[in-house]
Amino acid sequence: MSEVASQERDRKAEEEQLRAVWENPSGWRYWTSVNNYQIGLWYGATAFAFMLFAGLLALLVRAQLAVPENDLISADLYNQAYTLHGTVMMFLFAVPIFEAVAIFLLPPMLGAREMPFPRLGAFGFWSFLIGGVFVCGSIFFGAAPSTGWFMYPPLATSEQAGIGADIWLLGLSFIEVASLAAAVELIVGIMKCRAPGMRVNLMPLFAWYLLIVAGMIVFAFPPLIAGDLLFEMQRMFDWPFFDAARGGDPLLWQHLFWIFGHPEVYIIFLPAIALLAMIVPTFAGRPIVGYSWIVLAAVGTGFLSFGLWVHHMFATGLPQISLAFFSAASEAVAIPTAVQIFVFIATMLAGRVIFSTPMLFAMGGIAIFVMGGLTGVMVALAPFDWQAHDTYFIVAHLHYVLIGGMLFPVFAGLYYYYPLIDGKHMSDRVGRFAFWMMFTGFNITFFPMHLAGLRGMPRRVYTYPADIGWDWLNLVSTMGAVVLGIGMFAVVVDVTLHRRNKPRGEQNPWNAGTLEWISEPEENWGVRSIPRIESRYPLWDQKDLARAVRAGEWYLPDASEGRRETLVTSVLDAEPEQVLRVGGTAYVTIVSAALLGTVFVALTFKWWIVSGLAGVAFVAAVLWWLWTGTGEIPEQEEKHIGHGISLPLYASGVKSAGWWAMFITMTGDGTAFASLVFGYFFFWTIHSDFTGGLAGPGAFWPLAALGLFAAGWATTVGARELNRRGAVFAARALLVAGALLSAAGCGAALTGPWASGMDPTAHVYPAIVWILVIWAAVHGAVGIIMQVYCLARSLAGRLTPRHDMDLHNVALYWHFMLVTALVTFGVVGLFPEAL
Amino acid sequence: MWHLLPRQLETLWTLFTAPVVWALHFLICYVGAAIFCEKPGFLGTDFDNLRVAIAVVTALALAMIVMSAMLAWRQWGFGTDDPPHDDPTRRDRTLFQGYATLLLSGLSFVAVIFTALPALFVTECLR
Repeated sequence: MSEVASQERDRKAEEEQLRAVWENPSGWRYWTSVNNYQIGLWYGATAFAFMLFAGLLALLVRAQLAVPENDLISADLYNQAYTLHGTVMMFLFAVPIFEAVAIFLLPPMLGAREMPFPRLGAFGFWSFLIGGVFVCGSIFFGAAPSTGWFMYPPLATSEQAGIGADIWLLGLSFIEVASLAAAVELIVGIMKCRAPGMRVNLMPLFAWYLLIVAGMIVFAFPPLIAGDLLFEMQRMFDWPFFDAARGGDPLLWQHLFWIFGHPEVYIIFLPAIALLAMIVPTFAGRPIVGYSWIVLAAVGTGFLSFGLWVHHMFATGLPQISLAFFSAASEAVAIPTAVQIFVFIATMLAGRVIFSTPMLFAMGGIAIFVMGGLTGVMVALAPFDWQAHDTYFIVAHLHYVLIGGMLFPVFAGLYYYYPLIDGKHMSDRVGRFAFWMMFTGFNITFFPMHLAGLRGMPRRVYTYPADIGWDWLNLVSTMGAVVLGIGMFAVVVDVTLHRRNKPRGEQNPWNAGTLEWISEPEENWGVRSIPRIESRYPLWDQKDLARAVRAGEWYLPDASEGRRETLVTSVLDAEPEQVLRVGGTAYVTIVSAALLGTVFVALTFKWWIVSGLAGVAFVAAVLWWLWTGTGEIPEQEEKHIGHGISLPLYASGVKSAGWWAMFITMTGDGTAFASLVFGYFFFWTIHSDFTGGLAGPGAFWPLAALGLFAAGWATTVGARELNRRGAVFAARALLVAGALLSAAGCGAALTGPWASGMDPTAHVYPAIVWILVIWAAVHGAVGIIMQVYCLARSLAGRLTPRHDMDLHNVALYWHFMLVTALVTFGVVGLFPEAL
Repeated sequence: MWHLLPRQLETLWTLFTAPVVWALHFLICYVGAAIFCEKPGFLGTDFDNLRVAIAVVTALALAMIVMSAMLAWRQWGFGTDDPPHDDPTRRDRTLFQGYATLLLSGLSFVAVIFTALPALFVTECLR
């Protein structure tokens, strides 16, 4: 037998094994898959379904407004319909669809087998599904939120708001957790799991954008979670955070909501532009012009978008100088936004453009978005905004921005990337028909709204009189909505029906240059072997790449130990560092999501016992998940990945993916905490005596708690160091001491306000002190669980001086805990004394 | 020769220096004005003092951004190479970082001036 034939047979065997390792379970167990390919697809399909549902609600709203003095639906149902329309579009479609696309596309695009935490991705998806169905389903029981998608108190804290407000707050908090999970996954994936050689100057622009967007999620979502917490405490337990009569202030909610809400617009917009940054070069047949400028624009927009939130609050009576700062930043953000548009125009001018269906959607989207951007510059000017505030002009503006800047690019992406799903194209004819229907329908719907708004029509009115000049504008809008709806319906039909009998198309039908087109829809392994990348457009410039990758000639072509593995590389130059073993098929993700979902649903109905039990079960499930699925000590130190390279199978500390995940999670957690501290000082700012003459927690108990938590931190860090040096017994002793000290710290923390008899329902001052102290104590309790977990791991031989990843991550948690304790107890204990 | 930063600063974070300065400047201006207007007497009552403070903070922020830009310009090799910096080498990666940082410094410089402009025209805590 010749050597070639024997090699050929080895390759075949290797391929069979790799396929078996990555294979999905069959039957109903299919749903336990955690593979990025399935999760991305389910995630995307679910988000799309929610979008269609919210679209139907929009048609209902338009039908009600078609003629004056209409009573097609009841006023209450109308309120629920527009509230749910906005909520679902923003929270259940616009953000999740990009998490979906990113989870689906990033591994092949970066040349990775999988995202670094596939089970976390699956957990995020199931949380999203459960939370989304809960929120959407409420309208069928007449219980949907009905106070507008931004839930302003005092309306939304009142009794009339009903259970809908709780559904909004708790359901969305649950989904926000899923978004944060996805953000952690995306950041670590993009920074650490790129193919060797894919330096930061060669990264696909989609990855650059998603890195920035995921970073924005980490800083933007937590303020809303903090706001939800305060809001729900008021609704459930009557803590008066937003009740002016007891020292609260409804404006605090507006601040927290829009600190989230404005970056959110860019969290939605940037990934859409990212899709265009992949599509435009392909159809212009040349690399993008101004790669660095795109990076400038993405980073610049990401930052500036956090300085815009008050432009939603121009009419609330803040000092004019404050408004002017935000007005200025709102004008400034037009610069990086425009840079991106000009980069696309330049790329098209420099290449030869093929006007395919994805390109049509892309260009149509940009045209619509530019118009929305221009009205955005108008409403960024406070004097104009005072005229247009809360009118249909704003409704028109935001739909031009979101549909042009997000929906059309998503459809462009759908038509462009569909062949990656099953190797078949979507119909070009249907696509063009859908585009023109959507484009004209959109403009007919939303352009007249500018005029209706300028004629004074307020948002959210149930109906209007006939003789004030709004009737024909509304009728035209409604007709346009039907045309837009027909266009969307055509796409739905195309996705669901047409392709059954089509033959499988070619691998890279658009002749694109980026790596994701190497992915084979039939295979679950992401890439057959992981190549070394030398270009921004490897499929254009590295001629033999596709063949060599598929022939398994590159890195990590096998899974000889029967484990799912991917490569970890360095952040800047993508030099190989580690072989990372990732989690496979699991029930624990679904179980955890269902239990956490139960906690939130039970809270909505005030079923305290169910909620408590589900909470305990959730913690147990997560511990089981961590115990069985993470930090495993490999059977060998190193693994050979081909081409003469051997890499370690285990890493701890800064080098491990888990450390980064903890760091990012705690950064988000710290942002939520900072938002609560902002609340404390907000109340200090608006009152001459923010304590309302009530007693504070004093300095003694807070400082005692601080001391105890600092000791808890020191013992944890000490345990890490001792363990590393081999003093295992001493390390265990320190962990025990740390847990006891931290428990005492939690006790001291709560004793402060309790001993001074602070009643959180009496006034906002005791309420905000309690919430900060409870926040610190709960984090202390989580820290105790972690210390005990490490102790148990050490006793079970799963944590050793050499394999100490868990202890490193726990010590990192405690660094953040120390800062939390310092700030909390410094603020509640010393700040009132200092005054 | 003494350097503020080592010649080759091997990190992604330098990219964000100038925007972070913008963010801090923005926060100081906004929080300062809010406290000044909400709690008369706590930071003084003369609005001109606030405007002078904003001017000083702005000058500091601009100086820091210029410094970040100079470092970036050096990392970019003082513009001896033209973009697109897409070779698979460490050198091109460094040049790309320098160039992108320089561009971001420019944007941040403009954005800081935008933020400070209201202090030129607004003369009281009008609502």
